[in-house]
Amino acid sequence: MKYMLLFAGADGDAPGGESMTAVMAKVDKWWHKYSEAGAIVGGEQLQPASRATTVRFGGETPTVVDGPFAETKEVIGGFAIIQVPDLDAALEMVKSWPASSSVEIRPVVEA
Amino acid sequence: MRRYGDFDLAEDCTQDALLAAVRAWPSTGIPRRPGAWLTTVAQRRALDRLRRRKGLQARAAQLRPELAEGGDERLRLMFTCCHPALSRDAQLALTLRTVVGFTTRQIASAFLTSEATVAQRIVRAKRKIVEAGIPYRMPAPADLDQRLGEVLAVLYLMFNEGYLSSSWEIPHDRNLAEDATWLARLVVRVLPRQAEAMGLLALFRLQLARVGGRFDQTGALIRLADQDRSLWDRAEIASAVELLDRAVLLRQPGPYQLQAAIAGCHAEAASWEGTDWPMILRLYDRLLDLDPSPVIKLNRAVATWRAVSAGAALVEVEQLATSLNEYHLLHSTRAELQRELGQEAEAQRSFQRALDLTLNPAERSHLRGRMATA
Repeated sequence: MKYMLLFAGADGDAPGGESMTAVMAKVDKWWHKYSEAGAIVGGEQLQPASRATTVRFGGETPTVVDGPFAETKEVIGGFAIIQVPDLDAALEMVKSWPASSSVEIRPVVEA
Repeated sequence: MRRYGDFDLAEDCTQDALLAAVRAWPSTGIPRRPGAWLTTVAQRRALDRLRRRKGLQARAAQLRPELAEGGDERLRLMFTCCHPALSRDAQLALTLRTVVGFTTRQIASAFLTSEATVAQRIVRAKRKIVEAGIPYRMPAPADLDQRLGEVLAVLYLMFNEGYLSSSWEIPHDRNLAEDATWLARLVVRVLPRQAEAMGLLALFRLQLARVGGRFDQTGALIRLADQDRSLWDRAEIASAVELLDRAVLLRQPGPYQLQAAIAGCHAEAASWEGTDWPMILRLYDRLLDLDPSPVIKLNRAVATWRAVSAGAALVEVEQLATSLNEYHLLHSTRAELQRELGQEAEAQRSFQRALDLTLNPAERSHLRGRMATA
């Protein structure tokens, strides 16, 4: 089954007061482990939400605004596409993710 | 789900012994039910319930061959239905439907929701299982404790609904408390070294062992202090206590074992007056260490009343007045304490507030009776 993982956290902060470098080292390790296992199909770290631009539809013409689509305390810092047997396998991967305050696991619509 | 907010609280701690303890003040006797609408139907139903309780042991024996086959399958199904990716409502409906075999109508009637709501909930849950890839498998050993916790929480809800509702007035043809107990037996049989599962089963058995004394001939609830303890199944109580003792030896302490120990204190006591209230108080303190919930604190206050004083208990109850403002038992407890301390006007107000907050006919009847006995 294919899932998207959406990594959410307070914009720019490293969780638990650890240094950014320490956290990134753990992230690299996690990414490497699961890539080797063939579970990670793709993914990226995203730049901070302040660098986002959003296009809104619904008016006469599309509107362009500065910022992410939702002004929330938690923002999406990155994503991954994973291929694993089932939700429990996805949960096992995600529970060891070192860098966000929450991670959403959403099944991908498959053809 | 009916009274969902109550279930969140009830999940923590509600036991009949303790609800009854709230009512068990040492004055009047059995709550009076106005003679007018007393019918032979009501009597017959009440007697049916008493007969079915006595049949529980026989029924459990009959079920044993059934348990011998397919126990593992059924448990796997339970773990799937109780996966944390599903909401508690969904877990409960799905378990009742697929593991216990309730119809949608029976589930709706047991929890006072509409059939359409239950049907939709089940359809969505099944869809999520498929689309989100929830596996049909026993959980990995590393996950077992957490996953078992979900199963036990669902069984607790089932049991409480079956046991606490004045369900003799609500026509549903399945007995939730007995079904929950049967499932708890299954869990303990297939996972024999899980102390909290054993504790939960012991708790269920201790409650059911005393059910013979809970209702009078008219089907009205009898307060714990007034129950005829000769109607309790002493052999079953002793057996359930022995199960709890075995659980405790596994050294995996937890809230269900503590609740069972409290129920055990009541069940083993020869009388209300002879109950080991100081022990119950100590058990509540340990329960509060694990789960400092307001409902548990309320029940502790009742034990304080018995073990220490009404004044001390009222202080504890007043501290819960904000967090439990919508909980009828807070107000009824406060009323009884105020009455005990000679504050009758305040007691009447508290009783009224409790009355405003509960729809349960047996409880309402009881409260009206208490208000009238100034």
